[in-house]
Amino acid sequence: MAEAARSTADEPVPSDLSAAQLEEMYRYMRLTRELEQALVNLYRQNKVVGGLYRSLGQEGCAVGTAYALRRRTDGTGDVISPAIRNLGALLLMGARPVDVLRQYMARADSPTRGREQNVHFSDRDRGFIGLISHLGVMVEVMAGVALSFRIRGEDRVGLVYIGDGGTSTGGFHEGFNFAAARRLPLVLVVENNQYAYSTPVARQTAAESFVAKAPGYGVWGEQCDGNDVLAVYETTRRAVAHARAGEGAALVELMTYRRKGHAEHDAQGYVPDGEIELWEKRDPVDRFHQRLLDAGVATGARLDAIAAEARAVVDEARESAEASPLPEPDGVLGGVFADDSGRAPWTRRTPLDPHQA
Amino acid sequence: MRHLATTTTKRNGRGVEKPEHVRNTEEGRPVTFLEAIREALWEEMERDPTVFVLGEDIGVYGGAFKMTDGFLAAFGEERVIDTPISEAGFTGAAAGAAHMGLRPVVEMQFMDFVSCAYEPLTNYIATSRWRGAGPLPMVVRGPVGGGVRGGPFHSQNPEMAFFHTPGLKIVYPSTARDAKGLLKAAIRDDDPVLFFEHKKLYRAPALREQLPNEDYTVPIGEARVHREGRDVTIATYGMMVHESQRAADELAGEVDVEILDLRTLAPLDEAAIVESVKKTSRLLVVHEDTRTGGIAGEIAMRASEKAFEWLDAPILRVTAIDSPVPYSPPLEDYFLPQVNDIVAACRYLASY
Repeated sequence: MAEAARSTADEPVPSDLSAAQLEEMYRYMRLTRELEQALVNLYRQNKVVGGLYRSLGQEGCAVGTAYALRRRTDGTGDVISPAIRNLGALLLMGARPVDVLRQYMARADSPTRGREQNVHFSDRDRGFIGLISHLGVMVEVMAGVALSFRIRGEDRVGLVYIGDGGTSTGGFHEGFNFAAARRLPLVLVVENNQYAYSTPVARQTAAESFVAKAPGYGVWGEQCDGNDVLAVYETTRRAVAHARAGEGAALVELMTYRRKGHAEHDAQGYVPDGEIELWEKRDPVDRFHQRLLDAGVATGARLDAIAAEARAVVDEARESAEASPLPEPDGVLGGVFADDSGRAPWTRRTPLDPHQA
Repeated sequence: MRHLATTTTKRNGRGVEKPEHVRNTEEGRPVTFLEAIREALWEEMERDPTVFVLGEDIGVYGGAFKMTDGFLAAFGEERVIDTPISEAGFTGAAAGAAHMGLRPVVEMQFMDFVSCAYEPLTNYIATSRWRGAGPLPMVVRGPVGGGVRGGPFHSQNPEMAFFHTPGLKIVYPSTARDAKGLLKAAIRDDDPVLFFEHKKLYRAPALREQLPNEDYTVPIGEARVHREGRDVTIATYGMMVHESQRAADELAGEVDVEILDLRTLAPLDEAAIVESVKKTSRLLVVHEDTRTGGIAGEIAMRASEKAFEWLDAPILRVTAIDSPVPYSPPLEDYFLPQVNDIVAACRYLASY
């Protein structure tokens, strides 16, 4: 029942992926990187209202995992809940770059109409449910999404991401144990990027790895190199197949590294010298680029064209987002309840004079 | 949904008969507060295949108070779910299922344990519609209240821990008829509803009543005049409706008390409170919950904003004292608001 196999070695390019699919993975990794670079520029121009959370060096985790899913646009596919550094997964599921930009820039026509920020937005038809800042709760929520698949007899799978830090929360345990105990089709991806804000993974757990927790929950588990997008894809594909087949929940640990700070303001003074440089050499986009060349899947010119195309997509989205208006102040009103036209005591709607009340 | 509907039809078609203990109303027998709630749950699960229940020990065992006794056999283990001991986990999971179009009804074995689910309820569930993540039609229900020698962790009234959170509805009925109608309304509501059931009312013989043999709901957000009176308004809810009634009986011929049963705390029926205050010009708030930060403060503020010039006396409150709920009878009786406290407060207001 419980096993914790490991596959860290590079594998050949999986035979079931066509050249077009491999190029698509590459395109989404590049798109993620280009979009975040645009966000960095906007952040420096003070056009990003809140914090900026980057996934530099982790693009393979997001894209490789989501690529293993059944992606639909009509609400019948698999459902994910991305963590803050899974922008690539969100894009792959169908989120538009312009929506991400508008979210960060708090514009009126962002998916949450300026009420929420960054990747905290949802699209049930495209199969993603936005996270909130409280870590762990999405594991609980996604256990319930997987429960709904079981109740309705649908062969869909839920996939939820959490970081090494998030594994310490109660929600991680309660949600995952619930899914494990009921053998629900939930894949839990622990993206181990070595740091939770400034706290290294050794201060987060005494376990030798996060995949080592899989047998404790009685679930299938596998760990792989998170900077190898094809290894991520293969491992997640096995986990998803396991869950879809009714074999129960699965845990995937992706070994990666957060090359930027927790958010853009974080100068990473807590990182030992040389560590970031070491991981730059393991960059997942560069590695995949080289691998596609070595395997003869694509030419350098073709991959350059894909990158240029991603840049163009982002440029167009940025122009559109910059032209978007900020919300009207009273856009804050409404939507708390299905029908909140009546009794809710909106302060500025309450007449001060009791005779008018 | 097709799959689910088929399962239900088959199961019922296979002849799992509706047990006697959920047939009281249709066979013309009066029901207790608990039986009224059970009938509401059963009828909603029969009516709507997206409704399902989950919680600790609710399946095989039928729940700590036997609320879901017989449900597992009738509705199957995909709709009557025994959960691990994990209030946050299964409350969060209910939200996930609600996202996908189901209507979960979560049972807290005791509402004291809802504090473990404070995180998903206040941060995730309450905000979901507002932040564009979609409506979460779900109910979290369970037994509350003291006077049963349950001690500090099986006697709480945690409604005010959630009252302050925009996005949550809070229902707290005091009669069998309201309990059934309000729970049905809560299950059909498109917003998350916390549903508080005073455990001392569950099997109280005095609350046994014959309910209409029809599918009825009681609207959320509307108070009810429990007793009409001219001299003093008591705004209250839950167990204290009945304690206030006893006080009113004792004061009969001396002070004519109007009792307003709030029934829903959020959204609060401000109009009903203001209307009653304009009639009696005196307001007493009675709640079993502890004093500081209790709903009396909010009600007094609303009365001040909307009916100050109609008031002829200060607004008073009778509440539990600010302490955890004690176990030993003399201690708990001292802790809880008593009928003579309500009588004294009414007399003071009437003579002010």
